[in-house]
Amino acid sequence: MSRKRIGAEAVAEKGWLAAHRWLILRRLTQLGILALFLLGPLAGIWIVKGNLNYSYTLDFLPLTDPFIALQSALAGHLPETLGIVGVVIVTLFYLLFGGRLYCSWLCPINMVTDAAGWLRRRLGIKGSAHISRSTRYWILGVALLGSALLGDVLWELVNPVSMLHRGLFFGMGVAWTVVLVVFLFDLFVMNRGWCGHLCPVGAFYSLLGHWSPVRIAAPARQACNDCMDCFEVCPEPQVIRPALKGEARGIGPVILAANCTNCGRCIDVCSKEVFTFGMRFNNPVSTLPPVAPVTD
Amino acid sequence: MKASTPKSNAARRQFLFDSARMACGVGMLGLGLGLYAKQSKALPALALRPPGALAEDDFLGACIRCGLCVRDCPYDTLVLAKPEDPVATGTPYFTARQIPCEMCEDIPCIKACPTGALDHSLTDINKAKMGIAVLIDHETCLNFLGLRCDVCYRECPVIDKAITLVHQSNQRTGRHAMLLPTVHSEHCTGCGICEKKCVLEEAAIRVLPPPLAQGKLGSHYRIGWEEQKKAGRSLIDESQMIDLPDRMPEGVTLPGHYDPASGMTEPAPRDLPSEPIAIPSQPPGLGDQP
Repeated sequence: MSRKRIGAEAVAEKGWLAAHRWLILRRLTQLGILALFLLGPLAGIWIVKGNLNYSYTLDFLPLTDPFIALQSALAGHLPETLGIVGVVIVTLFYLLFGGRLYCSWLCPINMVTDAAGWLRRRLGIKGSAHISRSTRYWILGVALLGSALLGDVLWELVNPVSMLHRGLFFGMGVAWTVVLVVFLFDLFVMNRGWCGHLCPVGAFYSLLGHWSPVRIAAPARQACNDCMDCFEVCPEPQVIRPALKGEARGIGPVILAANCTNCGRCIDVCSKEVFTFGMRFNNPVSTLPPVAPVTD
Repeated sequence: MKASTPKSNAARRQFLFDSARMACGVGMLGLGLGLYAKQSKALPALALRPPGALAEDDFLGACIRCGLCVRDCPYDTLVLAKPEDPVATGTPYFTARQIPCEMCEDIPCIKACPTGALDHSLTDINKAKMGIAVLIDHETCLNFLGLRCDVCYRECPVIDKAITLVHQSNQRTGRHAMLLPTVHSEHCTGCGICEKKCVLEEAAIRVLPPPLAQGKLGSHYRIGWEEQKKAGRSLIDESQMIDLPDRMPEGVTLPGHYDPASGMTEPAPRDLPSEPIAIPSQPPGLGDQP
């Protein structure tokens, strides 16, 4: 392949491990959580029971998916105490750490669509159906409105995220075909199609984490050499530009767009160490070094 | 009126087209989802919900498909519906003929439920209504064939209440009794043990959802003898009752009853006959016994 690999420069500069640090951490987290869930059904070690919709850890910690609880509430049903405590804990967590952290660090479909995205790049598949990235918010609206009108937890009828997650622990059935459809859709039909354009779960979490303090920032943006690797690797590349290229327009270096998934791949692939995890408050208009006053 | 530049006109047109396109696409998705949701509300008759489950419509809105009830079921009775099952995906159900509900006294499935999908106010498993057993096939049930299988009756956890054996004479032999397993809906929990244990290749007794299993009296119907018991007396003035003609088998008379066909034209005085009357409809073989 003649085209340069994304992050090749970063690997050369920082070494392979440092150029894949956040990716490795993320995969370990995703797989670790799956392993915790799998310990029960496979080995009979019940640390966590349930699935992403609601889980109960060590008979102590309830965690409820607020999107599912919201659909159920719109259908006219509130959870019991444990369910409500679970909603509060999860909601607070994502308010703090960024809603779409769910997508990149927890959601099992992320590994499927990341694999599709990676294969798409490796195979050099060009061309992608174009629909707006805001489609997911419309679908979110349909899911919420439909739940209220039909008295059902509507999105759960078709949600590939919970189908895959539930399937792994409760029996897959033909849920794998739904997962395969998502993979092939992302691979052949639309670049970053499912997670980046359609999935209302991600849309919900982006709204939940809209004001989260933990953000990725580009404080060293003046070091950017325009290699474009971060844009290539980012599942939501539109979020980078304002922060990275906003110096001239007086925009601070923190990525404030709610659809940043805090995956940290941009930190990995940047050979100039432009990006880092930071806080949204630490967002000066200019990141240029202060100019020393000219003296005669 | 503001003069609109060609550029803003084009932008407005584009915006309208884009919005219309999005609304159409998402509307189609919504329609499909809605129709699918309607379809998925049709729970198949042999899929039973866990104890305390709300009525199907409410259940689908309250259940968050977490599977905690499945996890805490000690008998692996409950399963979560897979996408290809004819039950709403991810919701818990059981099939009585495979693994019935063992009616745990502490009802762990309800305790595990983080929502109101399984009604937490149900604390006595004997009051559960997962379904109602129906002895659906009178042609193959061994007791209906005059044998003493009785397995459903004996295995029933609410024996002698939910299922009793009702004595009936065997018209075929004319000299034997049939003991017919009879379900009493007020005591039946729908656990499905009878269906599981039925010795036939296909169960003759099956647990059905209550709306399928039960008829319903008209709301204005009153059952006379129950009203009489409640009131402590007859609700009507019995002296005002008109004695309509009784139609008797040919050649039989019943003194005290008015029957134009019997040749008695006058209502006889209402006292009971001193001699017993032979009723020919009694099965042969029983009539000559004292």
